[in-house]
Amino acid sequence: MLLNKDIKQKAAFTLFTLISLMVIAVLFIILGFIITKGISAISWNFLTTAPSDGMTSGGIYPAIVGTFCLIVGSMIFAFPIGICSAIYMNEYMRESRLKGFIRMMTNNLAGIPSIVFGLFGMALFVNQLKFGDSILAGSLTLGLLTLPVIIRTTEEALKSVDDQLRIGSYAMGATKLQTIRKVVLPVAFPNIMTGLILSISRVSGETAPILFTVAAYFLPKLPHSIFDQVMALPYHLYVITTSGTNVEASRPIAYGTALVLIAIVLLANLLAGGIRSYFNKKHKIN
Amino acid sequence: MNKAEAIDVNLYYKDFQALKNINFSAEPNSVTALIGPSGCGKSTFLRLFNRMNDLIEGVRIEGQVLLDGENVHQKNIQVDALRKKVGMVFQKPNPFPKSIFENVAYGLRVDGIKDKHLIEERVIKSLKQSALWDEVKDKLKKSALELSGGQQQRLCIARALAIEPSLILMDEPASALDPISTAKIEELIYELKKEYTIIIVTHNMQQAGRVSDNTAFFYMGELIEYDTTKKIFTNPENFRTQNYVTGRFG
Repeated sequence: MLLNKDIKQKAAFTLFTLISLMVIAVLFIILGFIITKGISAISWNFLTTAPSDGMTSGGIYPAIVGTFCLIVGSMIFAFPIGICSAIYMNEYMRESRLKGFIRMMTNNLAGIPSIVFGLFGMALFVNQLKFGDSILAGSLTLGLLTLPVIIRTTEEALKSVDDQLRIGSYAMGATKLQTIRKVVLPVAFPNIMTGLILSISRVSGETAPILFTVAAYFLPKLPHSIFDQVMALPYHLYVITTSGTNVEASRPIAYGTALVLIAIVLLANLLAGGIRSYFNKKHKIN
Repeated sequence: MNKAEAIDVNLYYKDFQALKNINFSAEPNSVTALIGPSGCGKSTFLRLFNRMNDLIEGVRIEGQVLLDGENVHQKNIQVDALRKKVGMVFQKPNPFPKSIFENVAYGLRVDGIKDKHLIEERVIKSLKQSALWDEVKDKLKKSALELSGGQQQRLCIARALAIEPSLILMDEPASALDPISTAKIEELIYELKKEYTIIIVTHNMQQAGRVSDNTAFFYMGELIEYDTTKKIFTNPENFRTQNYVTGRFG
């Protein structure tokens, strides 16, 4: 009987180990594949010049700049709104049906396919509000897409702040706003930042929402205002692998682009981890 | 004049009556212990004086709660101003994840005090009063969370003292601490009595006997007996009080 239990335990453990190794293996295979195929394309030139010869040579500088503009633009829009809504929901609103409803709708919003956001962005920002295909329209669309993510992660971060700290602060005669500003937000800050940076990596990789709102097929010059179109890394990747002038000739550039995109996302994640551990150490919270 | 007073106080959590017709008063520079079994309403009663019950949904209060003769539930009383007059120490030490200095300075900062000298002076004075100064004077900029549990609790007392309250409420301040830290807190209460009025909730009979001048015994939301600590512990009038202080139930 005991032996039987031991064997079962070992078998289960081995199975779990194998499955987790498989997950990691998949990640490394993808990374390895992209790196081996793409590393040869990466050069200083590749990162700092515009595509040329029908996008079969040259670099991806405008796409990098474009993606960067979209990250900044969407975050300017989504950070404050997302954080303020989360603060309102968690700190001010009492538990009620309305709150449950808002939370449910936020979750639903997070589940909407990104292409639907793209269509909505086109209908509202591009056509109705007449922003045209522009950084503004694209940023707003991407911002809407990440809003639920930011609200949820910020809310979770606020929820994890010990209520005893809030009560301690109120007992010192602090107002609600002072308590939020001086006690709750500093404690929740690392977790809020993690959520924000993860949403940045999401924004940098999305293709569908920018398809109809901002992304340019080929636009070697840099944008001058928020009403200009830009190229963006994920869309550029899509274009040169499916509908470029010479798909075969563009292949190395495509892998190079994919590598840059992955590098940006990985850097964002590393940064999130770094910020988190730095502030946790600073505050001595585990 | 009494420092703190309750006249015909009833308190309801929605339909449940948690406090029943309480009449109580505490003299200046005295320590009053509130004792009674769990759920008897003693913590709820303590929180009346700085209106911490306001934070709980569905609470209704009848009667008068007076601090220095003034009804704390009056419309023109601002609750944050009231709480600056009443310091509170909680069961579990709850220092803010800030430096030791900033923890003690917190009440002054939220009060809008900008004068650096004044803040520094008050911080040092409060840390000395709470008998923590010698242990932390070289590491005021270190995180308060690096301190031991007992030190953290004395820091929370220092934090409450820094706003120069006229009344200090303690809600089982030593129940999460080891015996040595507990002894330090009790000594501290004895010292603080010279300048402050203290009301302390405790589950520990010996502690009530050691630190308090007067003791109030609560049971099922009623104030059963309130007298000098000596009388309550040696010759209580009510049989329930006697059963409780002698450990026959609780």
